[in-house]
Amino acid sequence: MLRPYKDDDLKIGILAVQGDFAAHAAMLAGMGIETVEVRTREDLAGCDGLILPGGESTTQLQFLQEEGLYDAIKKFAADKKAIFGTCAGAILLASEVKNPHQESLGLLDMTVLRNGYGRQVHSDVVSGPSTLKSEPMEMVFIRGPIFERVGPGIEVLAEYAGKPALVQKEHVLAAAFHPELTNDTTVHQRFLELAAQKSHHSIAR
Amino acid sequence: MDSKKVNGSGNGGNTANEWRVKVGLAEMLKGGVIMDVTNAEQAQIAEKAGACAVMALERVPSDIRKEGGVARMASIKIIREIMKTVTIPVMAKVRIGHFIEAEVLQALEVDFIDESEVLTPADEENHVWKHDFRVPFVCGARNLGEALRRIAEGAAMIRTKGEAGSGNVVEAVRHMRTIVSQMKRLTTMRDDELMHQAKELDAPLDLIRQVAKTGKLPVPNFSAGGIATPADAALVRRLGAEAVFVGSGIFKSSDPEARAKAVVKATTHFEDPKAVLEAHEELGEAMRGLDVRQLEEKDLLSTRGW
Repeated sequence: MLRPYKDDDLKIGILAVQGDFAAHAAMLAGMGIETVEVRTREDLAGCDGLILPGGESTTQLQFLQEEGLYDAIKKFAADKKAIFGTCAGAILLASEVKNPHQESLGLLDMTVLRNGYGRQVHSDVVSGPSTLKSEPMEMVFIRGPIFERVGPGIEVLAEYAGKPALVQKEHVLAAAFHPELTNDTTVHQRFLELAAQKSHHSIAR
Repeated sequence: MDSKKVNGSGNGGNTANEWRVKVGLAEMLKGGVIMDVTNAEQAQIAEKAGACAVMALERVPSDIRKEGGVARMASIKIIREIMKTVTIPVMAKVRIGHFIEAEVLQALEVDFIDESEVLTPADEENHVWKHDFRVPFVCGARNLGEALRRIAEGAAMIRTKGEAGSGNVVEAVRHMRTIVSQMKRLTTMRDDELMHQAKELDAPLDLIRQVAKTGKLPVPNFSAGGIATPADAALVRRLGAEAVFVGSGIFKSSDPEARAKAVVKATTHFEDPKAVLEAHEELGEAMRGLDVRQLEEKDLLSTRGW
């Protein structure tokens, strides 16, 4: 098990409105990282990074708008704090959402097709090449989106079937799949590195 | 049954990975509200109010209770229309043990199947062997033994049975408290006591051992049956439910849109009494409830299945 940080190093918030926030918390706990469930703007204050988990993006979006978290997250990103979205979370981060159109935070210049692989019976565990590791990366897709177009300056860190599946621009990271449902900590490790860059803690000590 | 034939998607049939994506979808629904709807218009109201999934039905449980007769899988036309209308996952119910209804719903590509005591059982001994399916199943349970039997058959999500269509939360509370306390008890036991528990609870030993180790079900644990108000939803959440099903409670109330929203709010903020208060602030009259103790044995839905 990787235990690169002490408990007091980084505080990671996980949006706990609806979705698999518990799976992200379990993965980070296994890596020795403290997490807080984020349901209000106050919860978000003091976090070094924020995870937008999988779930239903329509449900999550409404909640963010009603609770004033929508603007708080935009401000969080403007402060260059790390944000990581998986599946529904990635949809919320995109600049354009299709099938059908939906409002989004617009923190990553990309076009996302919701439920790009169809309904639940087409959900699957697959693998694809990643620049983060030499072996193929295991990817759990659950009613997952397709990253149809990524804008200039967006780094593609992993692909599945020729489509970007894990992308990053500066301190914002998005996965079409669910690394939190695997035993592979690679993607979360990358996110923690991004969170550490902004916080006053250095990753290499 | 030939599982290849059932799993028509031709997706390799790696059962371990199939299980992961089935439980994975249940995981995605945590913290949310799954609402019963009987047409596209209701489905839209539910989605707009923040439901994380809808259950497509021909009649809500309170109407099934009132009208009587045999309750079966909903008409395909209704389910299809609802699937076309919303982007959130669509669930539909099959009768206990009716694996053909389940095959039909899988072919239709609903996202989740509820093998439900709300419909009239098709088999009084056997439940569907859910491992044969690629689509995930949710099943009702009144206690830990029942929950673990359903999981052994392949259920990817458990919900309390409660007493559906009663507008009375008492049975859901009883079932959730029972399941949680039975799990807690297992965690205090020595290994050599667990075989006896497997016998007592009528559940497979490997699952009993798993629960004893983690104190949790190996699949998400939701609540259903009689939840009618935001406070009801927060109550079952506080008792351990990871998400909530609301059946008749929404569309049998005087104000479905406001109520749907309020229940969603209370389900998310279940630990914050002020938020539950706000959720109640604007509400009108809840559905009329039934005193479960006045119901006759034959009218109880929760005793269906075993």
